[in-house]
Amino acid sequence: MSQIEFLQQLINGLSLGAFYALIALGYTMVYGILRFINFAHGDVFMLGAFGGYYLTPRIMPHFAGNLAPVGVVVVLLLTMILCALIGMVIERLAYRPLRSRPKLTVLITAIGVSLLLEYGGQFVFGADPKPYPELITDRALENTGALTITTTQVAAFVVTFLLLIALTLIVKRTKLGMAMRAVSNNATAASLMGINIDTVVSFTFGLGSALAGAAGILYALSYPSIDPLMGLLPGVKAFVAAVLGGIGNIPGAAVGGLILGVVETFVGGSAFSTYRDAIAFALLIGILLFRPAGIFGKAQVEKV
Amino acid sequence: MLELRNVTVNYGSIVALQDVSLKVEKGAIVTLIGANGAGKSTTLRTISGLLKPVQGSILYEGKEIGGLPAHQIVALRLSHVPEGRMIFANLSVRENLLMGAYLRKDRTKLQHEFDYIFAMFPRLQERSRQIAGTLSGGEQQMLAIGRALMSKPRCLMLDEPSLGIAPILVKTIFEKIREINQSLGITVLLVEQNANLALEVSNYGYVLETGRIILHDRSEALRANEKVKSAYLGG
Ligand SMILES: Nc1ncnc2c1ncn2[C@@H]1O[C@H](COP(=O)(O)OP(=O)(O)O)[C@@H](O)[C@H]1O
Ligand SMILES: [Mg+2]
Repeated sequence: MSQIEFLQQLINGLSLGAFYALIALGYTMVYGILRFINFAHGDVFMLGAFGGYYLTPRIMPHFAGNLAPVGVVVVLLLTMILCALIGMVIERLAYRPLRSRPKLTVLITAIGVSLLLEYGGQFVFGADPKPYPELITDRALENTGALTITTTQVAAFVVTFLLLIALTLIVKRTKLGMAMRAVSNNATAASLMGINIDTVVSFTFGLGSALAGAAGILYALSYPSIDPLMGLLPGVKAFVAAVLGGIGNIPGAAVGGLILGVVETFVGGSAFSTYRDAIAFALLIGILLFRPAGIFGKAQVEKV
Repeated sequence: MLELRNVTVNYGSIVALQDVSLKVEKGAIVTLIGANGAGKSTTLRTISGLLKPVQGSILYEGKEIGGLPAHQIVALRLSHVPEGRMIFANLSVRENLLMGAYLRKDRTKLQHEFDYIFAMFPRLQERSRQIAGTLSGGEQQMLAIGRALMSKPRCLMLDEPSLGIAPILVKTIFEKIREINQSLGITVLLVEQNANLALEVSNYGYVLETGRIILHDRSEALRANEKVKSAYLGG
């Protein structure tokens, strides 16, 4: 592989990884707070793509010409808000009543919610794939030499980067972000500090779902057809990315997503390209066997 | 200041507290002693709202608080330092203290609390940037107490502050408990298995046995009590 090819694959891989990262963050944050895998998370990503699908033709005409980027931001933000609300409603209705029940009960419920969203989606949106309206013009940038960097890739990088910064600031600097960290550390102690656990859980679902919604839009930019089952595979892969980075670890999820995107792209460009989708699961098995706490996770040590 | 009237608490079908009544007068240090499994922690967890009583009433400053969720009870300036300290292991010492001030509206005035907590426990100041999980057991206990003080409680409940701590630090911590009571005017409800220490520092004591209060008196009187001596004071 030439150097150029290598760089090209790296860029393609990172842009794929960026959106795995966005989805993985939702898994990891919810796990950090509730120690439970929200299997319906991939479907929130799907709803984000559909949110963009329905919003684009209604919003973009108001932002013609030079204003188009503003329109894109509006579509993105509205979709994120919509997904945040959906995530919070799911938590409130499906998971909260089961908070004190065994984890398995909640897990099975999550699978139920996932199926509900997928087949409810088929009922509401129709099962056939829909062509995604062009949100930004996909073209290659100029003056990049032999490399091809497209506008959608740049958009994916910029959006992911800005969202990661925003998330870091929220988690590190805001009161609710601090509360999230406290609850994920020790929920009992957090409630003794005056933290309302329900509020923090709601906030966490909102935050994770907003990121999944953004990922839905980014995905639709590069894969111009969407359908109600589209959340399945990316959802599972992003879950692998979260495990890869150490489930519950926020920077870990971001890095895990990028690694997965890059590995997958390189495999896809190699002689083993047919195993492209299998690589995530090979990674998962490898991680679970050799480093179950993930790349960044460390075994929890209880001090006496 | 704090009163339990005929409180009963269950874990599923297990009765953990039965008909417990006790009273903590304002400004006092009251201790609750008893063997392992007697229900001491259950009592504190019920007062602070982590558990719900099935019967009876809990009054704090005249207000019924039985059954309120924990985050609302700490807002009434009643703070609980739980058994096993439960510090936020992944946060720094400073961040742990800030979490203690979570409900404070006057967040600009926190420096005052930082100052006196650091004066009380200079080790915490030396280690304020350190990740709390790396502290020794005794330092974690200091942090847990400091964190509870950040909420400016009027009543502080401590669950076995001597548990698993080097003897030299136990002495320091008990001195600080007295100081918290005397200089800050905070009422203290102290749970201990180490009855010697607890009865020394307190004004009044209750003895809990398998979920029931079997005895209560002024601490001096309890120390002289034959039954207490043989069962809890090692002869
Ligand atoms: N989460 C729980 N579930 C069931 N039983 C419990 C639980 N916590 C404590 N118990 C039981 O309740 C009783 C009182 O426990 P506890 O209040 O922790 O005692 P102490 O603090 O005096 O050692 C014990 O018999 C204990 O086994
Ligand atoms: Mg106990």
